[in-house]
Amino acid sequence: MLRFALRRLLTFPLLLLVIYTCAVLLLLAAPGTGLEGGEKELPPEVLQQKKIAYNYERMTPDGRIEPVPWWERYFWIWPRRLVWDGDLPAHQYEDWTVVEILRSALPVSLQLGVLALGIAVVLGIGGGCAAVAFRGRWLEHLSVGLCLIGISLPTFVIGAVLLIVFALWLRAVPVGGWGSPTQAILPAVTLALPYAAYIARLTRSALLDAYSEDYIRTARARGVSEFRVLFDHALPNALLPVLSYLGPAAAAIFTGSFVVERIFMIPGMGTHVVESINNRDQTLILATVLVYAVFLASFNLLVDLLYGVIDPRIRVGAQHT
Amino acid sequence: MNGAQPGVWNRFRRHHAAVAGAVLLLLMFAACVISLPWSVHGMRHQQLTQALSPPSRQHPLGTDEVGRSLLWRTLYGGTLSLSLGLLAAGVAVVIGTTYGALAGYVGGRTDEIMMRIVDVLYALPYMLLVMLFTVSIGAWLQKAGVLGGEWARFVVLTLAIGGVSWLNLARVVRGQVLSLREQPFIEAARALGLPTTRIVFRHLLPNLIGPVVVFGTLAVPQAILQESFLSFLGVGVQPPQATWGSLAADGVRLLNPVRFDWWLLVFPCSALSLTLLALNFVGDGLRDAFDVRRER
Repeated sequence: MLRFALRRLLTFPLLLLVIYTCAVLLLLAAPGTGLEGGEKELPPEVLQQKKIAYNYERMTPDGRIEPVPWWERYFWIWPRRLVWDGDLPAHQYEDWTVVEILRSALPVSLQLGVLALGIAVVLGIGGGCAAVAFRGRWLEHLSVGLCLIGISLPTFVIGAVLLIVFALWLRAVPVGGWGSPTQAILPAVTLALPYAAYIARLTRSALLDAYSEDYIRTARARGVSEFRVLFDHALPNALLPVLSYLGPAAAAIFTGSFVVERIFMIPGMGTHVVESINNRDQTLILATVLVYAVFLASFNLLVDLLYGVIDPRIRVGAQHT
Repeated sequence: MNGAQPGVWNRFRRHHAAVAGAVLLLLMFAACVISLPWSVHGMRHQQLTQALSPPSRQHPLGTDEVGRSLLWRTLYGGTLSLSLGLLAAGVAVVIGTTYGALAGYVGGRTDEIMMRIVDVLYALPYMLLVMLFTVSIGAWLQKAGVLGGEWARFVVLTLAIGGVSWLNLARVVRGQVLSLREQPFIEAARALGLPTTRIVFRHLLPNLIGPVVVFGTLAVPQAILQESFLSFLGVGVQPPQATWGSLAADGVRLLNPVRFDWWLLVFPCSALSLTLLALNFVGDGLRDAFDVRRER
């Protein structure tokens, strides 16, 4: 277990490097630096100053100005200024450092993501269990039908409908923004629904698989109640595929929140990601890519470890079973 | 051994939801493609005097903010959405099948390395990379003058979405190939001295038709959905090109408490959702039809 965890931990920095390099290559492929300004041309002196401030060019000791090689900028100067000095400025909001932007946006996205993940897990597992517990009755058909709709509707459509019904017609919750618990309900539910639907489907099919196993028949033969057969015997094993889905799902929820943040006007990471990509704000793009990479890699690692804890059969390198 | 498994069609036919989905899909596709000669021009024709008019005899689905008929735009958008979905799924199927089959058939160290690469790719922040890829490569293509501005984005989007959705298929195909390559008929082919590529493409792949078809079908709605997200975020196809996703996104953008132009939201969203639903039904039906183990 420990060796397995250590080995996965060692691939962590490698993974970060791969993702970061991909992003750098994509940035290099596009023309321009994102400093030139959009509609109005910058005076050459200002552009020069900016290029020096963002390490595209630098002053040599004898007063000449020379370009900084791209590999040095992307792989040494910027990472150092981002992580160590913390003073790497964003291209589009010049008065802000990347670290300050991340510090204000990240907690918002995290809260939204965690809330949505919680809702998705509870609704999904609950729905899957309900579908199996009421096999062949209308509740199963309802659950299965809702799942298909949940998978087929894009998030922004669900969000728009919820917004119209609950915020505009019923006036039960605010239209958008962030800060109070009531403002978090709609976006979290919107974000959670597709994943809840998928988890419900997974739970249902895994439960049905488990029901055809011998140990369930044994449990029934021993006179265990149908309720306990479901929750004590079938569910723990059915949770494994759900768990392995949670890693990618958590990752997708955090990145998927771009859309939800846009609908509900939430000042999270999504806004910055989209704007930085559209404005070619290179420093902010690289920083957000790194943040997401760290997230995804940690989630996958966490799920792998949990998997080993829950299912003794795949406890890698375990001393006892 | 022949690729076409007996009874697949019969099992599929008994799956009523899947058949209904297939029929709906065919109708939708036919409507979009047949109307293409008119919708190509109709989707660009602006009548500012009739901007944002609700559905009427003249404009059955209403008009958008610059007075373009939503009927033509929805039909045209459907053509783009469906073709993007099919092309992206095609890209994914080609990459995934080849990659998985090679890894599984060659085996050993190569297999190990190829599958570790898939593991690494699994952990990439896709939405982000696809957005970055679309914008960067799109700008590059446009500057290089390889493709016109409007189409550069479409091609890049297709490649980007297809290029990130082959991972699952590669894993499934590899697993199947691992068990198939030990079978006597492959051994016979090898004993005959056939070259590896011929064994893989002539003898192995026809037996994988089931999982490939199922994953290919389910990749289409995924691709359409992803494109709609990107369009919503403003990184999708370039206006005045339209897809269902970008039309729905426009509808959401024009949403306000004062006036509710419902047709802008309802029609593209219904077309999109119905198609996705139909595709998912067909995919599920195919899965059940090919998967003998879970036959009802």
